[in-house]
Amino acid sequence: MDSRSPDSLSPGPDAAAATPAPATVDLAPLRRAARPRWPELAVWLLPVAAWFLLPEDLALLTQIAIMAIFALSLDLVLGYAGIVTLGHAAFFGVGAYAAGLLAAKLGIGDPLLGLLFAAAVAALAGLVTAPTVLRGTGLTRLMVTIGIGMMLFEAANKATDLTGGVDGLQGIEMTPILGLWSFDLWGKTAYVYAVVVLLVLFLIARRIVHSPFGLSLRALHMNPARMPALGVSVDARLAAAWVLGATYAGIAGALLTQTTQFVSIDVLGFERSAEILLILVLGGAGRLYGALIGTIVFVTLHHVLAGIDPEYWQMWIGLVLIGIVLFARNGIMGAIDPFERLLARKKTEP
Amino acid sequence: MTVVFDGIASGMLLFLIAVGLSVTLGLMNFVNLAHGVFAMLGGYVCVVATGRYGVPFLLAVPLAALAAAAAGAVLERTLFRRLYGATQLDQVLFTIGVVFVAMAAARWGFGPQQQPIRLPSWLQGQVTIAGVDIGLYRAFLVVLGLLVAFGLHRTIGVTRFGARLRAAVDKPAVARGMGIDVDRVFVITFAIGSGLAGLGGAVGVELLGLDPSFPLRYLVYFLIVVAVGGSGSIGGSLLAAVLIGVCDVAGKYWVPQVGAFIIYTVMVVMLIVRPQGLFGTR
Repeated sequence: MDSRSPDSLSPGPDAAAATPAPATVDLAPLRRAARPRWPELAVWLLPVAAWFLLPEDLALLTQIAIMAIFALSLDLVLGYAGIVTLGHAAFFGVGAYAAGLLAAKLGIGDPLLGLLFAAAVAALAGLVTAPTVLRGTGLTRLMVTIGIGMMLFEAANKATDLTGGVDGLQGIEMTPILGLWSFDLWGKTAYVYAVVVLLVLFLIARRIVHSPFGLSLRALHMNPARMPALGVSVDARLAAAWVLGATYAGIAGALLTQTTQFVSIDVLGFERSAEILLILVLGGAGRLYGALIGTIVFVTLHHVLAGIDPEYWQMWIGLVLIGIVLFARNGIMGAIDPFERLLARKKTEP
Repeated sequence: MTVVFDGIASGMLLFLIAVGLSVTLGLMNFVNLAHGVFAMLGGYVCVVATGRYGVPFLLAVPLAALAAAAAGAVLERTLFRRLYGATQLDQVLFTIGVVFVAMAAARWGFGPQQQPIRLPSWLQGQVTIAGVDIGLYRAFLVVLGLLVAFGLHRTIGVTRFGARLRAAVDKPAVARGMGIDVDRVFVITFAIGSGLAGLGGAVGVELLGLDPSFPLRYLVYFLIVVAVGGSGSIGGSLLAAVLIGVCDVAGKYWVPQVGAFIIYTVMVVMLIVRPQGLFGTR
């Protein structure tokens, strides 16, 4: 897309050179970062292990996979593009309702078709909202994201004929995936389906964030004044990231609809937007695995703590948030960073 | 006309609570999503004082404001001041955390139910002036709102403290160099903002209700007032609050099938047209 943007990231005198000289720039560190590493494989063995170890909890595990996709989508928007949003549930909800309405009202129950449809509708919603969101900065931008989220919530709340309002959307019938695997009572198909979608979306996201486009987003984050000076169209890139995040969120919403065969109005709720933000910063924003780890830790904690004492779950969320901001700015992934660096140093030393 | 008057009254109430946020967020540039917590605190103080201890309403309201101001000052000293230089995301996360803790605390202390309040008899009922039904309590809110707006406008614009505040906000380093105790100015400002929220929360129990989810339920409304009014502008907040109050009440009265949709639409449209708010300078 823009082969010169990585230059600006690499240290050394080449970066400051006025004439473009791509051949002299050492891209090796960037290539190294883009290569898969062995701990990643370990992370992806987790869902396989969970299948065997926790066969009773497949529904919860499916929820984790779906929330992980949602967290991933926010990571693209917030962690990489740096757009602070408190209305991200809007796209999750759009995707959920798109998939639900397609199945319930039009009778098209094919799951993959539903995913594609939801992704397209959410992408369209992202495209429509992008100019509005990117117009303001700071508080104005934050308020516009909240406003869009609340508008959609109210719209879904009032359009009871279409969405069922607070009663939720019912009558969603799913046909077997690819005509082969039908959704079973124990949630086995749903689990595998969600994990596979997560894996595919994760690999795509991984490819994107290590591409020149992804690097330019990160550079924008680091130095917002320099990127336009280098001739990068800031708004176009942010808008692209916004639409991409919206698409991912829409797919996550659609998955929730398809695996539960129900859409509740709180897919669009403000709480969901706040919760996913918490999940992301808990894991560590700006890293793809932060989204995954944050989701696993959060949903597990929620399950355990809410089981012990559902009343004060909220207080725990609050305390965790306060603690993160005061003591652990980079979340769980930030906490394991020093170890990773230690590992990397050992390798490079002769 | 009655609808318009009701709208103005609820706008005034919104202004009372949100103007404190306009001060902290607009002047001190601190995104304080926990603002509603102080309003909730004021509400609970008022309810407990009038209901359990039989304190007269007119005494309980200032008491609520004082309690919220004290809580604001303590929180500013201990926690919030660490975040003045932090990124917007940090401020958002931190203050949402405070909201969640406060909601849990309120539920623990008072239970999840709505709190009732008994108004003094002279504030109940309504009078009809020129064909417009005017609730006495709503008239009281309008008067109170105008008084606060005028007082704040004078305080920030005319007094020595106001001058110090504006100096401390614009260039903290220079203000410090001129011998202004910037930290103290910020504490006092924060306390005033929180106290006003407490005041608004106390007089708002009758109209808005009071339960532990209060800070989150009305958070968006407060933020709308500040964002639409333009941060830091008293007049802007007043106008925005009244506009939103009227739109909200009128919308719910005439087109109930659309409901709260109207407010968010108004806000988004306003922010697209004027991203810096009605009277914003930044």
